[in-house]
Amino acid sequence: MKKLVILGGGTGGTLMANKLRKALPADDWKITLVDKEPNHYYQPGLLFIPFGLYKKEDIIKPKKKFYPKNIEVLFAEIDKIEPEKNHVLLSDMGMLNYDYLIIATGSETRPDQIDGMTGKLWRKSIFDFYTLDGALALADFFSTWKGGRLVVNIAEMPIKCPVAPMEFAFLADDYFKKRGMREKVDLTFVTPLPGAFTKPVCSEVLGGTLKKRKIKVESEFAIGHVDNEQRKIVSWDDREVPFDVLVAVPTNMGSRAIQRSGMGDELNFIPTDKHTLQSKSWENIFVIGDATDLPTSKAGSVAHFEGDIVLQNFMDMISGRMPSASFDGHSNCFIESGDGKGMLIDFNYDTEPLTGKFPIPGLGPFSLLEETAINHWGKLMFKWLYWNAIIKGRELPFVSSEMSMAGKKIPKEKNEVVTF
Amino acid sequence: MSTATIAQKTIEVDQEGFMKDHTQWNEDIARELAKLEGIDELTDRHWKIIRLMRKEYDEKGDGPSIRRLTKESGVPIKELYQLFPKGPAKKAAKIAGIPKPTGCI
Repeated sequence: MKKLVILGGGTGGTLMANKLRKALPADDWKITLVDKEPNHYYQPGLLFIPFGLYKKEDIIKPKKKFYPKNIEVLFAEIDKIEPEKNHVLLSDMGMLNYDYLIIATGSETRPDQIDGMTGKLWRKSIFDFYTLDGALALADFFSTWKGGRLVVNIAEMPIKCPVAPMEFAFLADDYFKKRGMREKVDLTFVTPLPGAFTKPVCSEVLGGTLKKRKIKVESEFAIGHVDNEQRKIVSWDDREVPFDVLVAVPTNMGSRAIQRSGMGDELNFIPTDKHTLQSKSWENIFVIGDATDLPTSKAGSVAHFEGDIVLQNFMDMISGRMPSASFDGHSNCFIESGDGKGMLIDFNYDTEPLTGKFPIPGLGPFSLLEETAINHWGKLMFKWLYWNAIIKGRELPFVSSEMSMAGKKIPKEKNEVVTF
Repeated sequence: MSTATIAQKTIEVDQEGFMKDHTQWNEDIARELAKLEGIDELTDRHWKIIRLMRKEYDEKGDGPSIRRLTKESGVPIKELYQLFPKGPAKKAAKIAGIPKPTGCI
């Protein structure tokens, strides 16, 4: 009997368990999934909680509901992986041998990485919305807030769902308008990036959208510490942004178990082959989702697209073939822009988010990088697709793992001589 | 594709001014690129970082993040921002003649 171990039962781990239980004969392969947390959080929904649009119950379901039958599930903490010995050590539950390992241990926010962030203002005037507790505390705070300086800050890249902080700013603008107090709120978006997003076309569109909503942007701001006394954030190069309430997107890091295993980079993300999705050091280890160090977004859609690639390459490997599938970095995100509208972006390693129609060229129904009500409905509908298709490892209609250029408008190639 | 003439040498750069071919680089080019970035004189501390950038790129095919730079060089983050204002990893990569680090996604 061969053994496959999956570490992590979030989006990536769950969808791989579903795909592989179907693909591997139960007589030949034992699949064991390890996770310490009983609940599955629909993380895109966290964004809506501070504004009272979703309640806690809307985004939590028990994980076991989504695991396939005929796999072993261990609710346990991972102590460390010893890849040279092909086993995983569990805290208090002994040792787990494997022939193949899939690591889907995700990433987590680490406010402890920023000097002063978890000081006396933490969860009183400083809130995170990437955790359920933080999002709920912020909902509570906003419900009685009278206005002032609201600062949204991204500490450092990479972060999960890189557009979420901006969506937060859009939704905040909408929320305070609807409460008739927008003029009492001074809204500033503070980012380490040179603009609203990393890629030029998207950055321009989103930058314009922020401006239209009177959201100020402080760019190239790398937070050094939080001053709890004077209520300001201070950058490494001594720029200061004062706040009455700070919505913090702290440093994102991979699992501490990866650090204990000595398998990660400075942020505990695992060096991963960007095309085969194998660990760069161990060919019988695949890495999926936020746990990788790939140069693409950390997002559920990415884990979904990676799923097909991992499945194919895993099946190739166990049949003695070279991995034949190649991941292109495909990512797809709805961007909620407030007032019942949304945008959509679709991109990969080589192609930045462009304008156009999606998924059917010319027809859509979704419009890329354009604010429409249909995009907003797409985002809401996505929750249903997430629970019913994505984490069950099923395909999405019209959307393939490999990004399609059909329907996208390509900007003109620039050929120029730069004169300094 | 864009080209630029720097220190009497024609180099290929991308749209943001990062060199396309790090083997075209030399120390004179670095001094000129630094001036374009507003750094008039490269001190020993600058060179320490620039050499580390190139070494990391040679070994890993990608420039290091700020966290890695500070860990490997022993130069505190605060000082990195003084040496290469605004974005140390990005700016030092540009002066070191290597592509923009992919960490900035």
